[in-house]
Amino acid sequence: MIRTQGVAYSYDRTTILRFPDINCASNEHSLILGQSGSGKTTLLHLLAGLMRPTKGSIAIGNEDICVLNGSRLDHFRGRNIGLVFQVPHFVRSLSVTDNLALARHLSGLKPDPARITELLKHLGLNYKAKQRPDALSQGEKQRLAIARAVINHPKVLLADEPTSALDDANCKQVVSLLEAEAKKEGAALLIVTHDNRLREDFPKAILLEKIVSSTS
Amino acid sequence: MNIFKISWKNLLFRPMNLTLSLLLFALGIGLASLLLQMDKQFGEKFESNLAGIDLVIGAKGSPLQLILCNLFHVDLPTGNVTLEEARPFLNPRHPLISQAIPLSLGDTYRKYRIVGTLHGYVDLFGATLAEGQLWREPMEVTLGAEVASDLGLAVGDRFHSSHGFVLDENLVHGDSDAFRVTGILAPSSTVLDQLILTSTQSVWAVHAHGEEFTSEIQDSSALAVGQALPPDVDPMLRKLITSPGEEEITSLLITFRNRNFQTLNLLRTINEQTGMMAASPPYQINRLYSMMGVGAEGLRALAYLIICVSAVSIFISLYSSLKDRKYELALMRVMGASKSYLLIMIIVEGVFIALLGCLAGLILGHGGMELLSGFLQDAYQYRFTGLLFLPQEWILVVGSILIGLLASLIPSLQASHTDISRTLAEG
Repeated sequence: MIRTQGVAYSYDRTTILRFPDINCASNEHSLILGQSGSGKTTLLHLLAGLMRPTKGSIAIGNEDICVLNGSRLDHFRGRNIGLVFQVPHFVRSLSVTDNLALARHLSGLKPDPARITELLKHLGLNYKAKQRPDALSQGEKQRLAIARAVINHPKVLLADEPTSALDDANCKQVVSLLEAEAKKEGAALLIVTHDNRLREDFPKAILLEKIVSSTS
Repeated sequence: MNIFKISWKNLLFRPMNLTLSLLLFALGIGLASLLLQMDKQFGEKFESNLAGIDLVIGAKGSPLQLILCNLFHVDLPTGNVTLEEARPFLNPRHPLISQAIPLSLGDTYRKYRIVGTLHGYVDLFGATLAEGQLWREPMEVTLGAEVASDLGLAVGDRFHSSHGFVLDENLVHGDSDAFRVTGILAPSSTVLDQLILTSTQSVWAVHAHGEEFTSEIQDSSALAVGQALPPDVDPMLRKLITSPGEEEITSLLITFRNRNFQTLNLLRTINEQTGMMAASPPYQINRLYSMMGVGAEGLRALAYLIICVSAVSIFISLYSSLKDRKYELALMRVMGASKSYLLIMIIVEGVFIALLGCLAGLILGHGGMELLSGFLQDAYQYRFTGLLFLPQEWILVVGSILIGLLASLIPSLQASHTDISRTLAEG
């Protein structure tokens, strides 16, 4: 479902970050492990089409996202890639329900209130549907972030350190939720983390070494 | 979910910023709207009440006061002139003058002025009767529409006038005969609506204080003029012209046959060679405009200044909100929003504030005008309204949209250029 080949990124002219090739099928769940500074976030942003690699290709489904540009890339991202961040953020002026509706609206999909209700109920958030995200606890926010990531039935679910700010109990809950939702959507799940607690849950892990080479 | 809802919710999320911007904008637009309305309504009243009068002749004093008093009925009379002095101009055979309407002022009834005049005065404004008939005999009056409806007077009612232009029980002419209403004019949107019309003789009779008023021809010059009058002349004018020369009127409203150098000279001749004063309405009104103009210009400049400040306030409010919302904007991009979507969203926010401010301003301006109209009516004897919307106010609306666009331009460009990756990484 998501396949990279020879992806490299350079922030400036002198150094270049090279990443191992990734091949993650639908329903396949994988960790990307690495210490800080190993370019985890960079890789995630590259995979999500938020940045463009200097070299290499990234394919999601049959689409090479490196050749998409402008609003076509934005739309593709909105529809096919679900993102969960370390610290969940929302549009603070909109209610919990509207934040989910926003995700559908921005990716150009038709409104689907039934899907929103179902997701909120499933994640135990329906009693806060009309409240603003600020009124949610940290755990609830992370669940809402997952709901938002999967609302458009993405092909790929990317999570950036989703558990590093959570205690063990919440960590387990979030990971199993991510896995369950990814499974339900048939999406490829990639979790970028340095959290070793997750290792036991994932048979497949890609290790990011600090591969910084000088171009000169 | 749509872009307008998102913009709207974003604005509501920062109510203090929104209130400040709205307040400033409403103030600017309200003031501009109020000035437009005042300009329009004052101008209209002046225009409609000029009634094609070329010259006003009255007692010496301030020419502007003469015009304001006798054409617009706002100021006090400059004094009276004797019929003896005015008689030559009343003559229908005057070579330059096609019509001269005498006015006798001095009395009021419940703040409405009583004007002793000829029927020609009604024709000047093209007014028509709503009911009854015009005054004929002494002590008969015809009411303006506003007077009748305000005081609840009907045809056949009687009242005593009071002396002067202020309401004072002690000045009521209780000892003279009562006026009797014979007719009511249809509304004409001119000063006639606010007047009580009667014959010149009625005004004289009230001031004769019980003495039997006589219209006998007493002096020879009157007799001579009377005999020279054409047979088809208005009988009331004939009666007036042949009245004793010591009787007084307040002014004459003159319409020329043609305007030429002779009529220009007439004004100077009257001012230099008679005890009376002549004034040209258009000239005096222009003078008045230029005097009031300074104040109006100042207020207009103030209105524009406030609008400019409010544009800056919209700009600052949007710009500073972007700082808080940087992450949200990046998030929206992640969710599929394009750069142009963010651009439009911020512009919609700016235009929303401007349009709402404009709407509030128009309500404020028209509410203010409606409120002011009460005071203005007492001061100027005219009805003003805050419910009249002017085509120029569309310019205010369009201008507001443009200001909203302009103020949100830089913030919207900044929003659309949010670096997603960096913003997300910084958290």
